[in-house]
Formats: sequence, C-alpha cells, structure tokens
Amino acid sequence: MTLDDLTRTTGEWLRGAGPLSEVVVSSRVRLARNLADYPFLSTATAGERTEIYRSLADEIMAAAPSKQMLLIDVDKADAIDRQVLVERHLISRQHAAAEGSRGVTVSPTETSALMINEEDHLRIQTLRSGLQLEPLWQEMHEIDQALGKSLSFAFDRQFGYLTACPTNVGTGIRVSVMLHLPALKLTKEIERVARAAKDLRLAVRGLYGEGTDAVGDLYQISNQTTLGRSEEEIIETFGRNAIPNIVEYENVARDSMARHRPYQLDDKIWRAYGILSNARRISSEETQTLLSPIRMGIHVGRFKEFDIATLNEIFLHTQPAHLQKMHGNTLDDEQRGTVRADYLRRRLAR
Amino acid sequence: MNSLCQRCNKAKATVHITDTTPHKRERHLCEECAEKEGVIVKQHHQTTNAVLQQFIKNATGLGGADDLACPKCGRTFREFQMKGLLGCPHDYEAFRSLLAPLLERAHDGATHHVGQVPPTAEPAVHRQTGLVKLRRELQDALEQENYERAARVRDQIKTLESK
Repeated sequence: MTLDDLTRTTGEWLRGAGPLSEVVVSSRVRLARNLADYPFLSTATAGERTEIYRSLADEIMAAAPSKQMLLIDVDKADAIDRQVLVERHLISRQHAAAEGSRGVTVSPTETSALMINEEDHLRIQTLRSGLQLEPLWQEMHEIDQALGKSLSFAFDRQFGYLTACPTNVGTGIRVSVMLHLPALKLTKEIERVARAAKDLRLAVRGLYGEGTDAVGDLYQISNQTTLGRSEEEIIETFGRNAIPNIVEYENVARDSMARHRPYQLDDKIWRAYGILSNARRISSEETQTLLSPIRMGIHVGRFKEFDIATLNEIFLHTQPAHLQKMHGNTLDDEQRGTVRADYLRRRLAR
Repeated sequence: MNSLCQRCNKAKATVHITDTTPHKRERHLCEECAEKEGVIVKQHHQTTNAVLQQFIKNATGLGGADDLACPKCGRTFREFQMKGLLGCPHDYEAFRSLLAPLLERAHDGATHHVGQVPPTAEPAVHRQTGLVKLRRELQDALEQENYERAARVRDQIKTLESK
C-alpha cells in the first residue's frame, strides 16, 4: 500500500458509523512513549534522532500483525503528502512542520497511526468512527505491550511513563473525541458545554487540535491530566459520563429545532446544498461550514440525497492537500477554489 | 444546608467552617467570600500550559535551583523553564524535588502514577502502582460510605502488601 492508495479512500474513522455516530464523528486515543536509553528530542543530536527513528520503525514493522502496514518517512515526504497526512488526522500539524528524521506507520484501515519522533520518540494513536473507546484502548494496549517487550520505554515508579513535556507524564494517554455540535452552537449553549467539560478537566478545541477553530461545528474534547488516574478510569469518564451527556444535550436541541422550527432548519440545509452543488469557486472553510447543516440534516432524517459516508468523503477530499493530490498538480489558492467547486458539482450532480 | 452566606448575605453558603481558635465557632460562607477570606483557594481550571507558564514564573525565584543541571544530558532547570521541555528521561530524577510540585499542579493534585507499567518492569513496580490505585479506591469507598466495598479493597491491599 502507498500513500497514493490511501488518498483515494477515507479510512475507518470516517465511515460515519459506530455508537452515537449521529454526534460523535470519531474517537482517538494516543499514548506517549520514549526510549529509556536516548535523550528526548529537544537535546538529541541528528544522529541520535536517526537512530531512534530507525530502531522504532524496525520494531513497529516487525511487530505489526499485518504485512500491509505502511511506513511513511515524513522527513522525505513532499509538502502535499505531509498535508494529506494531517488532513487525515494521521499526524499532527507540528509533526508535518518539524525537521529531521521522523515518520509515521499507518495500518491498512487507518485505525492505528504511530508517529515517530514527534514531541516524544513514539506516539501510538488509534482512531475509529463513533464512540468506540474500549476497542480503541484494546488495540492500543496490544500495540504498547508488544512494543514494550522488545523496547525499553522510559518509566519511573513515581511518575510513570516519562515524557518530554511533564504535562503528558504518567499514563501518557490522551483520549480525544470529535463531536459535531451544530444545534448547541446555534442555540449558543455550546458555552455551557465548554464550561461543564472544563469542570471535568477536559479541554475543548477545534477540528485540528490546539489553537484551531471549530470549523463546521466540529469540536474535539480531550483529557488534560495524565498522572494519578489509570487509562481505564480516564476512558470511563469519557465513555460513560461526559460524552453521552453532551450527545444527549445536542440531540435534545436538534429535536427541538426539528419540531419547532422545521422550515428554518430545512431552509438552512437546502441553501447549503444549493451553494455546494452550484458554486463556481469555493474555499475549503466554506465547504466545511456548509457541510455542517447537511450532516445534521442526514441524521435528523430531513436530508436524503446522500449518506454520511459520502458526506465524510466529500469533507476529506475537498481539503487542500487531498484536492491537489487527486488533481495531480500543485494548485494555488484561487485554482483550488475552482477545482473544488468542479469536484463538488460533479459529486453532487443528481 | 440552604442558609445564606454570613458575610455577604446574598449567595448561598456552601463553605462551612468550624474555627477552633480563639474559640470554637461555626461559620457559613459562600464560595466567593470564603475565597476572599483566604479560607479556600478556588481551583480555577487552567490549561496545562498555563500551569506550566505560571510555575515557570514562580520558580525563577528559586535560589540556585535554576543552575541545577542533569548529569546525563546537561539540560539545566533554567533551560527547562524557558522551553517547557525536558532534555532526557533522567531529568525526572535530577530535578525530582523541583518537578514534583509542578506535576502536582498540572495534574490536578496527583503525585503518583496509576495505571499501566511496562511489561518488562519488575514485580515491585507492578505492586507499587497497584497499591496506589487501591488506596485511592479505598478512600473513594469510605467517602461514599460504601463499607462493604471498602472492606473488600482493604483485603486486596493487605494481599498485595504481603506479596
């Protein structure tokens, strides 16, 4: 499998299925790990960095249950390929922009992506559609245990797994769930959700993580603390309490809109569809913003032109790097606007 | 208790204090007044980075501590303060006493790891992290007055301790 093959597909996490998928787009869990015998990356020499990269890449590929595992040398990848990985949530923006030996291994269905030499030597990530934290944790735990047998991870009796930044020390776990909250945004109740999340020590961020906007009404909720609570406890806070409550809150707001203001809701959905299927030039951000009411429309049964899996594919393929990758050329901002509108008209033609 | 705050007479009293000096008396305050009187320190939620920044600011006054260097990677505590990143795993050992209060603040009062340990770790490590977890479970059970569960957890602790 190559990155080009990957680009044409969407990956498991955008399947649009799984528990509570009407609100929970996807779930992700990551663990931070470092090799005990090497310095962290901020003091590692270029040579040490390369050694870390090689030994981790070799171990991951050897331990991989599937021969289809893809290893991407991010340092050698061109700018568009790196951006494709960011748009697919397989690597962070920081990992794409960094320098020196670094990479990522991706499983065939993209349920796991292991970043090598990001802030820590290794960041194991697992991703799935809907709220599926237990299976994610199982998959992650198996990878961690398999690698932990042949690699010596930095660990301290008091502080747990040692990480480059002390805010990740302990379990090194970050659970993060991507939620689509258009009704709470519209009714301005999103602020209350954000405050409630903060009380549970959870962070609320935009689509692409720290410092990004909630384009398309998509929010990421993740844990802030990693020391003193077990992985299972942290996952339980999400799976049993925090997320189902927010989902219910959003569903109540959607039902109320559908019941009390159906024409307003339909108008919003069909205007969005009208622009998406007729525009001659459109930005990525406008596309994502307009896909939001349609996503909600599909879930509340008021829009039946296409399904969620198709919407997710459009969402992914209209982002700048995917668009260029599929077009086969580098395009500037203006050209992208035209190519994107052409793609949308073709894709949405009745 | 639904009484009003004895200080402002406006908000609901949610903080109940029994003073023992100079003489015994009970007081009922709202959270805001309790904070003003310095009875409680309200835990405003801060992002981990904000905690780090705050800590770094406070710690710059630590006498000589910022010159402390890790013998393995050479990173000084001052460099860590500037960058927010440690130089090598050994820094946690070299700066242990300076890092402990920072970690406690960044991780909501937690001081010890609970959870997975590497598969290659010695049995003693498994035992210790297991004990930390069980002791907390015991505390939770007692707080919830679930004595049956507390007794069960206490037995588990005893078994693990005798190993």
